[in-house]
Amino acid sequence: MSETQPAVTQATLVKKAAPKSDYKPADVSPQRRVQRSFAVRLWSIRHSRLLEWFYSRFADMFLLLHPLWKGIGYNRVEAPIKFVEKRVKGFMFDCRMCGQCVLSSTGMSCPMNCPKQLRNGPCGGVRANGNCEVEPDMPCVWVKAWEGSQNMVHGDKILDVQKPVDQSLRETSAWLRVTAQAAAAREAAQNAAKTGASA
Amino acid sequence: MIGRQRDENPAGIHLPLDPLPGHSSRGRLERVLRRGEFAVTTELNPPDSADPEDVYNRAKIFDGWVDAINAVDASGANCHMSSVGICALLTRMGYAPIMQIACRDRNRIAIQGDVLGGAAMGVANMLCLTGDGVQAGDQPGAKPVFDLDSMSLLETCRIMRDNGKFLSGRKLTTPPQIFLGAAVNPFAPPFDFRPIHLGKKIAAGAQFVQTQYCFDVPMFKTFMKKARDLGHTEKVFILCGVGPLASAKTAKWIRSNVPGIHIPDAIIKRLEGAQDQKKEGKQLCIDIINEVKEIPGISGIHVMAYRQEEYVAEIVDESGVLKGRQPWKREIRRDDQMVADRLDRILHDDITETQVDMVKTAH
Repeated sequence: MSETQPAVTQATLVKKAAPKSDYKPADVSPQRRVQRSFAVRLWSIRHSRLLEWFYSRFADMFLLLHPLWKGIGYNRVEAPIKFVEKRVKGFMFDCRMCGQCVLSSTGMSCPMNCPKQLRNGPCGGVRANGNCEVEPDMPCVWVKAWEGSQNMVHGDKILDVQKPVDQSLRETSAWLRVTAQAAAAREAAQNAAKTGASA
Repeated sequence: MIGRQRDENPAGIHLPLDPLPGHSSRGRLERVLRRGEFAVTTELNPPDSADPEDVYNRAKIFDGWVDAINAVDASGANCHMSSVGICALLTRMGYAPIMQIACRDRNRIAIQGDVLGGAAMGVANMLCLTGDGVQAGDQPGAKPVFDLDSMSLLETCRIMRDNGKFLSGRKLTTPPQIFLGAAVNPFAPPFDFRPIHLGKKIAAGAQFVQTQYCFDVPMFKTFMKKARDLGHTEKVFILCGVGPLASAKTAKWIRSNVPGIHIPDAIIKRLEGAQDQKKEGKQLCIDIINEVKEIPGISGIHVMAYRQEEYVAEIVDESGVLKGRQPWKREIRRDDQMVADRLDRILHDDITETQVDMVKTAH
């Protein structure tokens, strides 16, 4: 079966050609060099409902703190918040800091961990055992996303068609961006209500 | 027969057809599908050469048997002639290519440019794909781009066509008139998500879909039932992917080395038990077509006969899916005949015309 016979990749050829003690960087794919265990990521997906609940409280709290962020200046808080966000989300979801988090729409499985960085669903190459075609020992990010979204209250958000990644937002804080956008939307709504009342 | 065939521009075979109401492209494939005829498409094995004859020779064997030809974009991440190049050659000769666009090699700037270029050359159909990972191909050290994914690529093309705008919002003077396609694989997990995923592709802009190789008909039937229940079959033309297996050994190799192709044990057993495995592989393909064409919601087949292209005509003929219809075929036209007659006279009648003679006879 497909899972017992691995494909002959360049890495396999290099591995076979040289003795075991040689330095063979191609043995490990870049994906695996960065990420060697998927345990925490998979825990997060299993507990997607809890995390969904937690995140909505957390987002509310961040929005409450909007005057504080504004007082200090979003530009100034960006660096420390990003420092925390990168480490927390990095630990929980193996976050790649794309700066436009869609975890709530993808069952708490970060789509940027897909070797093809697909944000709208699995490719056609998923192995019969549910593993990735490029990384044979990694569970497909989208198989897990589908499982995770089944547990969530707003799991049907997985049906939204996501826009392409805006590369100019890389390495920025998604938390602050979402908060600033929500605050702007709230202000716009208040202004509209005010002008509506005065008119 | 000399004269005009159905779905051909009288002013020249390389020109787009008259626009029809409700059609988004001016191509042949959309006309065939919207008329409700059972469509047949196939795949051209791209040459590793710079000779246009290689492309024409490979297209010639499909003449009169298929409605459109897929021009693959470095399938399996292996380097070949580009799909844009193949489309440029095929459209010149009046063929209806389906230009495949994979997200692996180009970013959104290059892709949108290729969509415009392709449409300008007369490509009426484009198939939006994610593409295999670079690790699968002959150059695993290449940088995987994947700037867009198949879904956002579909949406980008749809926005360009319907809103007449680039992804950035900048206006196009003439939007591309294209029939948009996508690929689906009902044979890979997560199985219950696949029909929903198809719905997502339709929402993004897919008008026709081609499936991965179908060797497991019951599994495909379950997928189609779910797709019908969700109402997808009314919004999209589904072409089922089929193809002959050369031998049981090839089948086993494909199963273990090509991710996403599902071949049940029963198929391999049937091939192993046969006297002539190649013939049995062809027969198996015809049997699958005969089963698949009866499934409600199937609008056609996509025959992928990699390195067995000569079998496509036989498979289409023996399965009888065309029901006597003949797809467009490249043939001698009236003006070609005039040129041939004129040249024939010059070549064989042994006339020596000098300019002086010509001036004399003109008076």
